[in-house]
Amino acid sequence: MKDAGFIFGSYIVTLGAILMFTFATLRRAKDSSQSVTEKDKTWL
Amino acid sequence: MKSDSPTRVGKGKVVTAVFLKDIQIELRSRVVTNQVLPFAGLVMVMFAFALDNDDVLQRVAGGLVWLATLFSLFIIVQRSFAIDTADGALDSLRVAGIDLSAVFFGKAIALATKLIALEIVLICSAVLLYRVDVSATGLVLLVTCVLCATSGLAFVGTLYGGLTAGAKGRETLLPLLLLPVVAPVLIAATRATEAAFGSGGAQTSEGWAWIGLLAVFAAVFGVGGSLAFGSLIDE
Amino acid sequence: MSQVLQRTSPTGTRTTKVIGALALLVMAWVVVSGLILTPQDVVQGESVRIMYVHVPSAWIAYLAFIFTAVASASWLISKKHSMGFDRFAGASAEVGVMFMAITLITGSLWGRLTWGEFWQWDPRLTTTAFLFVTYVGYLAVRRLEGSVEQRARRSAVVAMLAVLEIPLVHFSVVLWRSLHQGATVLNPNGDVKMDDLMLFTLFSGVVGFTLVFVWLVLHRQRTMLLVDIANRQGLDAAIAARQTESLVK
Repeated sequence: MKDAGFIFGSYIVTLGAILMFTFATLRRAKDSSQSVTEKDKTWL
Repeated sequence: MKSDSPTRVGKGKVVTAVFLKDIQIELRSRVVTNQVLPFAGLVMVMFAFALDNDDVLQRVAGGLVWLATLFSLFIIVQRSFAIDTADGALDSLRVAGIDLSAVFFGKAIALATKLIALEIVLICSAVLLYRVDVSATGLVLLVTCVLCATSGLAFVGTLYGGLTAGAKGRETLLPLLLLPVVAPVLIAATRATEAAFGSGGAQTSEGWAWIGLLAVFAAVFGVGGSLAFGSLIDE
Repeated sequence: MSQVLQRTSPTGTRTTKVIGALALLVMAWVVVSGLILTPQDVVQGESVRIMYVHVPSAWIAYLAFIFTAVASASWLISKKHSMGFDRFAGASAEVGVMFMAITLITGSLWGRLTWGEFWQWDPRLTTTAFLFVTYVGYLAVRRLEGSVEQRARRSAVVAMLAVLEIPLVHFSVVLWRSLHQGATVLNPNGDVKMDDLMLFTLFSGVVGFTLVFVWLVLHRQRTMLLVDIANRQGLDAAIAARQTESLVK
């Protein structure tokens, strides 16, 4: 494929950013959820 | 606009009092004249070193005047609100039940006064250092441009200065918030000033369209600022 | 089952799991189809493949900022000042900033291939860049110290000011560029002739990215609530500790 670096690069940037955001969010949720009671988790 | 606050102090009186207070602080401390003005002048000299070409300098003089103004704006705004928060002056005004939009206009007019003094010096230094010429019709355009652009800058400067007042790391946060907002002023004021200077063969008449944009900007943030300022410092 | 789910992801529910699974599925299809199955474009060549991630990111980024503006306005207008609006505005802005960064990066990669330049001073590009910087500033305002209510009020006002700012920036850049006729470059965006599979891939991209957006915002705003509660508990504990301390003395 011509210009493969640019094309794969843009896919890697896109998916990489989404994955990093996802894991950062999940980790932060896990870190701060220990002290929070079930009652405060309004979405359950 | 009628204030529903329980004070008997009229809005005009508050505007004047806040304005006089800020100007008096400046007259006593001389921070703008002794520190910010030399800084802005130095920036103009540094531009000359960086660009190192008489023709280029003459061409971009308008933009450099307004860039130097913006850099100085950050310093003046930070200084003005640092004094207010350090002494709890903003808090006492708030507790006094005063119409905060009047405080906003008072501070904005004081800021505009300082900026205009600064811009006069910067434009003169552009004439001296960068060899630009201003015709009589150009001067009319230039004065209008300075007035309109400065009101816009004073309104957003006061507004975002109030927002970041008292917050940790405000020195770095203020430029980040303010620069994108004042981009239209930089573009419009630069083009209008270039028209007044006749840089790059620009005609004076080309500048007036930009004055309209500057006026709209000032009006939008004048109204928006007077509505928002109270809730930003009210905490 | 729900206990296990709670341990691995405290902000997850059945709904988010379904959305997440769907998002994964659609995104996988977009990658396979965008990179392998679709043909190259007559005008743009292979670089059209970048469009399958670039266009959906841009769409989501703009959508996110509209949501932030609407949620901030709702917070200001509503009598109760419900913190849900504030958390939604914040979560949406965070996800929006990320997608805006993706949009700018993939867009400049595409521009290098198609225009031969990473950046053009085109009004749309410039406004997008300003939108990005403005919301980076918005996120910085959210991180200022203060109570949850202070955060909500400050950031809601800043979001409203951004709504004033962006049209002014756009208009001034349009006016600015219109004076520089020479610099406009042929924009092949409109000339793309897409066949059915290409269109379907682009459409799937929009659907997939929207699902990702919904999933991320749901988790992010719940995480924000958890962090807020944990911070408040930390503060309460510190106050209680001080009180017992002074009682002992």
